[in-house]
Amino acid sequence: MRYQIKFKSTVRRSTLSLWILALSATFYMPCSFAQSVPLISGGVGFFTDTNGGNTTYYPAISPVLAAPVGPKFLLESRAFLDESFFPKPNSGYTSSSFVGLTYLQLDYLAASHVTVVGGYFLTPFGTYNERLSPIWISNFQSAPLITSLGTMGTESSLGGMLRGSAVSTPKFSIDYAAYFSARSSAEQFQAQRSAGGRMDIYFPQQRLELGTSYGRLLQGTHKNFEGLHVWWEPADTWFRLRSEYAHGPHSQGYWIEADYRLAHWGGPETLIGRIEPVFRMQQTFRNSPDSTDGLPSVDTQRADFGLDYRLPHEVRINTSYSRQFSGSGNRNVWETGIVYRFLFPVWKGKQ
Amino acid sequence: MNRCKLLLSAVVLLVTFPIFPQSGGTANAAKNNRQANRSGQQASHPSEGERVFQQNCSRCHNAPQGFPPQISATIARHMRVRASLSKKDEQALLRFLNP
Repeated sequence: MRYQIKFKSTVRRSTLSLWILALSATFYMPCSFAQSVPLISGGVGFFTDTNGGNTTYYPAISPVLAAPVGPKFLLESRAFLDESFFPKPNSGYTSSSFVGLTYLQLDYLAASHVTVVGGYFLTPFGTYNERLSPIWISNFQSAPLITSLGTMGTESSLGGMLRGSAVSTPKFSIDYAAYFSARSSAEQFQAQRSAGGRMDIYFPQQRLELGTSYGRLLQGTHKNFEGLHVWWEPADTWFRLRSEYAHGPHSQGYWIEADYRLAHWGGPETLIGRIEPVFRMQQTFRNSPDSTDGLPSVDTQRADFGLDYRLPHEVRINTSYSRQFSGSGNRNVWETGIVYRFLFPVWKGKQ
Repeated sequence: MNRCKLLLSAVVLLVTFPIFPQSGGTANAAKNNRQANRSGQQASHPSEGERVFQQNCSRCHNAPQGFPPQISATIARHMRVRASLSKKDEQALLRFLNP
């Protein structure tokens, strides 16, 4: 399982064309003022994944485009391109390519607390899918085991979404997101007919966030998915705790992730201060068979031990060892990767 | 053939790593502004924009080490959508990114 667990099909050349078309369109978009030049950001990296003794190598790039259109609109998109080199059954290696859109959406800033989103967007369920899935953000290469629960297996939706900050005060803030998605089998925009949303409350003084998510699959056998998440970053420390729980009709599970950057030893930019140990614990529970929800077919426990190192110039090295226990067999997973995060304007613009 | 692809990918990666920091290097003005802003604020209390940044952006990712000032409003608007910021918070963030 990689960052983008839905990436399991063949090359989508038309997706690449769409992204290039969106990029080209930014040259003709009016900017509201000099600081609104469209940008390209994202990450490029080289990863290895050794699972059960088989090692896969995959260079990947995930660019993000953000282009303001006038004072009220924002066009944004993220794509993912990779080439995987994996062992053949007998000997040697073979490879496969993938190019796909993660999202392509137009945002309308309707009011101070309301943004209307239309297009192909990340399904707002839990926190991992929207916040942590980019390759330059995630502490681990592999996504949590429960990622597909509530995100309808495609992780992206095609339709409309309302989102924003309902309340924002010095003591607390409440955010919301509600969406409806149509069914789509188009190769570039695969989505399930579904509806749902997320609401969370954040207490800045305690640096504590509590949230809940709901999703309903509206095609075939209708299904409900529920989720909870808790994030906590104690003030004046480099410790972060993130956790998420998701429940579906046939399975459920959770993950808890803790990381601590060793910045107390001389600061974050020192040799030691750049080191970041990470730990994640995951469990999934199967109530009844369901081959479509994306979770393991038997109860599974997994412990991930990671050590990340933040080099200068936006480069990060991620390493991890995972031990997975399940009724279908125990196994070790080793992952390494190096990621560079880039950010630059599409054109020079006015200074 | 596959080994050639692997080798080619590795070469492209090695070549691009030294290049990209140069493209981000035009951001010194904004970076210096932010650093100056931070050091000035630390003596008293964090600005509204820094508060918005800490409570929304930096909970998921580190701050970019630098970027050109002409994309600061684009970044603020992008974060308004991604982090569900209000208009007021977006403006405070923009002042923090590009004081």
